[in-house]
Amino acid sequence: MAEIKENAFLGPLNKNNPVAVQVLGICSALAVTAELKPALIMGLSVTIIVALSNVVISLIRKTIPTSVRIIVQLVVVAALVTVVSEVLKAFVYDVSVQLSVYIGLIITNCILMGRLEAFAMQNKPWESFLDGLGNGCGYAMVLIIVAIFRELLGSGSLMGYRVIPESWYVDNGGCYMNNGMMMMPSMALILVACVIWVHRSFNKDLQDK
Amino acid sequence: MNFITNMFDRLEPTFSEGGRLSALHSLYDGFKSFMLIPNDTAKAGGVHIHDVNDSKRTMIMVVVALVPCMLFGMWNAGYQHFNAIGVEAGFWMQFAFGLLAVLPILIVSYVVGLAIEFTVAQWKKEEIQEGFLVTGFIIPLIVPIDTPLWMIAVATAFAVVFAKEVFGGTGYNIFNVALVTRAFLFFSYPSKMSGDKVWVRTRDAFWWQGGEAVDGFTGATPLGQVATATGGEVQLHDTLGNDLSFMDAFIGWIPGSVGETSTICILIGAALLLFAGVASWKTMLSVFVGGALTAMAFNAWGPQDNAAAMLPWYMHLVLGGFAFGAVFMATDPVTSARTETGKWIYGLLIGVLAIVIRVLNPGYAEGMMLAILLMNIFGCLIDWCVIESNIKRRMKRSKL
Repeated sequence: MAEIKENAFLGPLNKNNPVAVQVLGICSALAVTAELKPALIMGLSVTIIVALSNVVISLIRKTIPTSVRIIVQLVVVAALVTVVSEVLKAFVYDVSVQLSVYIGLIITNCILMGRLEAFAMQNKPWESFLDGLGNGCGYAMVLIIVAIFRELLGSGSLMGYRVIPESWYVDNGGCYMNNGMMMMPSMALILVACVIWVHRSFNKDLQDK
Repeated sequence: MNFITNMFDRLEPTFSEGGRLSALHSLYDGFKSFMLIPNDTAKAGGVHIHDVNDSKRTMIMVVVALVPCMLFGMWNAGYQHFNAIGVEAGFWMQFAFGLLAVLPILIVSYVVGLAIEFTVAQWKKEEIQEGFLVTGFIIPLIVPIDTPLWMIAVATAFAVVFAKEVFGGTGYNIFNVALVTRAFLFFSYPSKMSGDKVWVRTRDAFWWQGGEAVDGFTGATPLGQVATATGGEVQLHDTLGNDLSFMDAFIGWIPGSVGETSTICILIGAALLLFAGVASWKTMLSVFVGGALTAMAFNAWGPQDNAAAMLPWYMHLVLGGFAFGAVFMATDPVTSARTETGKWIYGLLIGVLAIVIRVLNPGYAEGMMLAILLMNIFGCLIDWCVIESNIKRRMKRSKL
């Protein structure tokens, strides 16, 4: 039992990472990582939603008829997404505007449906909670790594604070320029690929033969 | 020559198995086969072609074909510079300035690219592959003269790693590496790759002959003028406001990327490539045909108020990177289609797309880069379709 618990949380952070290994949730990973702040908020939101919906589904897993289980799962997720979305609008309005539809689209995030179907339907609430937490954190981790590089190289700042001094820029007599491509989703895809590359080079067992 | 052979013979034990520098064997091997023609060809028998013309020789041939463009580009860089700052200068002075301006770009592109290639070769314990000989020479030819060197370095590193090494090195890349370098620059640092400030250098080269642009100077390339024109037909002019004719663009004393301006030098290069049998005339010709037909169609039925559509078709072929792309980029043996019918389709579509992008997308004054990169993706697919249809035809025939 202890083993399942440990793996439920730590597995998704490394060997079973939802983004780097299972290649799920890529769409939102490309869309929200242009800056660090929205990426953090997005990672946090997904973590909360996966963890809680996993618990809820796990609690009622024995009463859900198999034929309508997807709809039940969707209703649970939708309720949580709505709550999170309202909370964001109330407390961090500017970020919620930036994230726009992507908070609402968490409902279609493959990571969520995958964890609900594959884990919460078969396991007890506490394990499901850990699994949700682990997957959410694994997702957030990749998002944050990608966002750090994109914001640093694309805007020269982190969390909105200037890191690369203004005086380095071409406009101010320096020779540095922000990399415009970092602001495009295509570069996010390449960065995700780099994360996967580094990850696999440390985990030889994940490499394709 | 004997002296070189002797030197390599003397060094051989140091670099072979068990020698002091055996870890650098691929480096030694790379230089040896670069300097000397390998003695061994494939054994007689079987279906092998017996030729010492290995890929190093092929690549060197392309570099030789690029030399006219490079030399003209250097002279043109100096010519445009002295025109812009209003200083009288003789031929050699113009060439010397261009040399000083272009040489750093060439050196940076080679040093960065070869450093990565050599590192990867040592790391994977493979032979050094020679694809970068051409790529490194093309990169300075397809960027504006004023591109900062660190940008060239970043873009070259990006292209070599992500467009070539991750696919498995020379011969496995899907995209033309030099064009990926340019595309990276274009999308990352658009203000340094387009507009009217980057094509003519007015500042100094190594603290020599700097100056201020004279009154009335405009640095826009002809295609840039076309893209920003508001009316229908547009009169092209050089940086000082004089009219440009077809011959001016054909000879190439116009602003633009270093090596792309002179169609006549590109044609000399094309002749060399075809003479050496390195590139395919089918691809080259079909790019020109596709571009010419599309431009003619736009001339005849295109929107009247679109300057690019109304630009005469023969001007489309000599302006911008069209000819350079057709001769040196589209014919890249790795990324283009390989079947004979496929080459026709591949080339035609590049020509068509390049003109369509130029005319219909005002955001991109030049469409050649995007057209070739796009068709690189479809090269294999075209080959597959050609082969499949060939198989089908022969199957049908054999049944009769």
